[in-house]
Amino acid sequence: MPIQFRPFFCSIWFLVLWLISAPLHAGLDIEIFGGGTTRTPIAIVPFSDEDKLQQSVTTIVGADLERSGLFKLIDSDGLRPYAPVEIVYSDWTQRGASALVIGRTALMLNGMVEIEFRLMDVARKEQLAGFLTVVSKTQLRAAAHRIADIIYETLTGDVGVFSTRIAYVVKQGKKYALQVADADGFNAHSIMEYSEPIISPAWSPDGSQLAYVSFENKKPIVYVQTLRTRERKAIANFKGSNSAPAWSPDGKRLAVVLSVFGNSQIYLINADGSGMKRLSRSSGIDTEPSFSPDGRSIIFTSDRGGSPQIYRMSVTETESGMAERLTFEGNYNVSPDFNQDGKSFTFITRNNGQFNVAVQEFGSRQMQILTNSRYDESPSFAPNGKMILYATEIGGRGILSAVSKDGQTRQNLSIQAGDIREPAWGPLPKEN
Amino acid sequence: MKKILGVLIISLLSACASQTTKPSAEAVANDEVIDSSAVESDGVDFHPLQDPNSILSQRSVYYDFDSYALKSEYRELVVAHAQYLRDNANAKVLLQGNTDERGSREYNLALGQRRADSVKNMMLLSGARERQIESVSLGEEKPRVSGHNEAAWRENRRTDIIYQGE
Repeated sequence: MPIQFRPFFCSIWFLVLWLISAPLHAGLDIEIFGGGTTRTPIAIVPFSDEDKLQQSVTTIVGADLERSGLFKLIDSDGLRPYAPVEIVYSDWTQRGASALVIGRTALMLNGMVEIEFRLMDVARKEQLAGFLTVVSKTQLRAAAHRIADIIYETLTGDVGVFSTRIAYVVKQGKKYALQVADADGFNAHSIMEYSEPIISPAWSPDGSQLAYVSFENKKPIVYVQTLRTRERKAIANFKGSNSAPAWSPDGKRLAVVLSVFGNSQIYLINADGSGMKRLSRSSGIDTEPSFSPDGRSIIFTSDRGGSPQIYRMSVTETESGMAERLTFEGNYNVSPDFNQDGKSFTFITRNNGQFNVAVQEFGSRQMQILTNSRYDESPSFAPNGKMILYATEIGGRGILSAVSKDGQTRQNLSIQAGDIREPAWGPLPKEN
Repeated sequence: MKKILGVLIISLLSACASQTTKPSAEAVANDEVIDSSAVESDGVDFHPLQDPNSILSQRSVYYDFDSYALKSEYRELVVAHAQYLRDNANAKVLLQGNTDERGSREYNLALGQRRADSVKNMMLLSGARERQIESVSLGEEKPRVSGHNEAAWRENRRTDIIYQGE
């Protein structure tokens, strides 16, 4: 940590309604509840000439940081320094800001936008990070997310995930849409729409493809679709049911669940649909595989012990019935997802009739329940392992929610209309 | 037949109407091959599968919560369909297992598969051939009754018997 921040103790529940003019395909509205006990006070001064742009860059940056639950925005209260020499540091010390963000924008003759950004340490009166970049008008949101990532990384030491994307399924009336949106819910667009259900979207490790299960042909079939070209291919369409795709970290193959030889069991298959081979062997149900970051093992749900529990088995070239049971509390633990740090996993546990998001460390085997809602599903770790995206329900309608790994911060992401479910948090963008 | 053609045309048209990927018409048309001899019913003679007085017109088997055991009250129904399959070598069925909405979607998909398999196994024991039966699962995705109560859930814990062409 380059500088020390005064801890800020949040005594009241904190609520922010993100109200930005809804785009044509209304994205996700985001609400934040609670907040970590310690949040870094940061002031973000609107950049010069920002009002001439279609998007206010600093508004997006502020919303990103606030959503992480780790920052408290300090009102800049009319002060408008744009360059370091214009900063009167005592003004910001008085306002309680530990960090200060300033910058300029300029609309260039060719229609491009120049953005200069600086992150300042108020106590030390020095610059911590900054850049000068030129982007097109359509890249303004992306540039803002990049600024938020840099601030987040500089002040927390962790990787920022504001430039990532999420995938989920929306049910509107009788129509199902597989959608992809930015992590803040904006730029939502449909990848696939149909009148039959779609479940279990899974991002390829490079973020270029989605695997998912579609019921368009009277039974579940696993497809892989390339986002850029919209091209898609059924990679698992065997007799019986085909479901629960999970990518190996190298992106070359997937674990899928097939019932082609009876019982639902886990198989490996190449990303082009070739080379299917069996991985698990039990007399029960084996499903919901998730790869370890090193690709050498999977965790999955199995009822081999009488109730559904999470197990771990190694991914070898030969099938195996050998697996180590990981969960022991309660009689319904399902839907595991590996943390990218390889040290923990998230899953759904049935707890007094409720279905809640939980995490467990591989080392300590301690289970921690993070939510207290009635009906949570499909938890998915952010690529930095700090937040978990999951589906839940409010008033009978499905919404997405995200909870910090320590359970301290929770936010709802809700679409304007329709039922939203089956979230999957995408990988970090390739360039960086 | 007309109705199915209409649905096909509509799905073809809607497939062209948007840039968003839609399943190909081929995928929709697949499995829609109609065995017309089995469906056409001129006059009063019902085809045995459609005759409301025949047990073969009953197509659903129901289950207890979290169970895939075939209840004894449905044995007669399943055996009757198995015998029809035995006697009609060209007939084929799709068995679709279903679950109620509670719990993981993928785990429910596997549970629905076990339900469909329970019917398939009974059919195989009763004379149907392996190639005549495909057992699949719709999990909790296609509830017959929407609603968040036991009455709806009971109706949705089910295996449906669907003959090819239906």
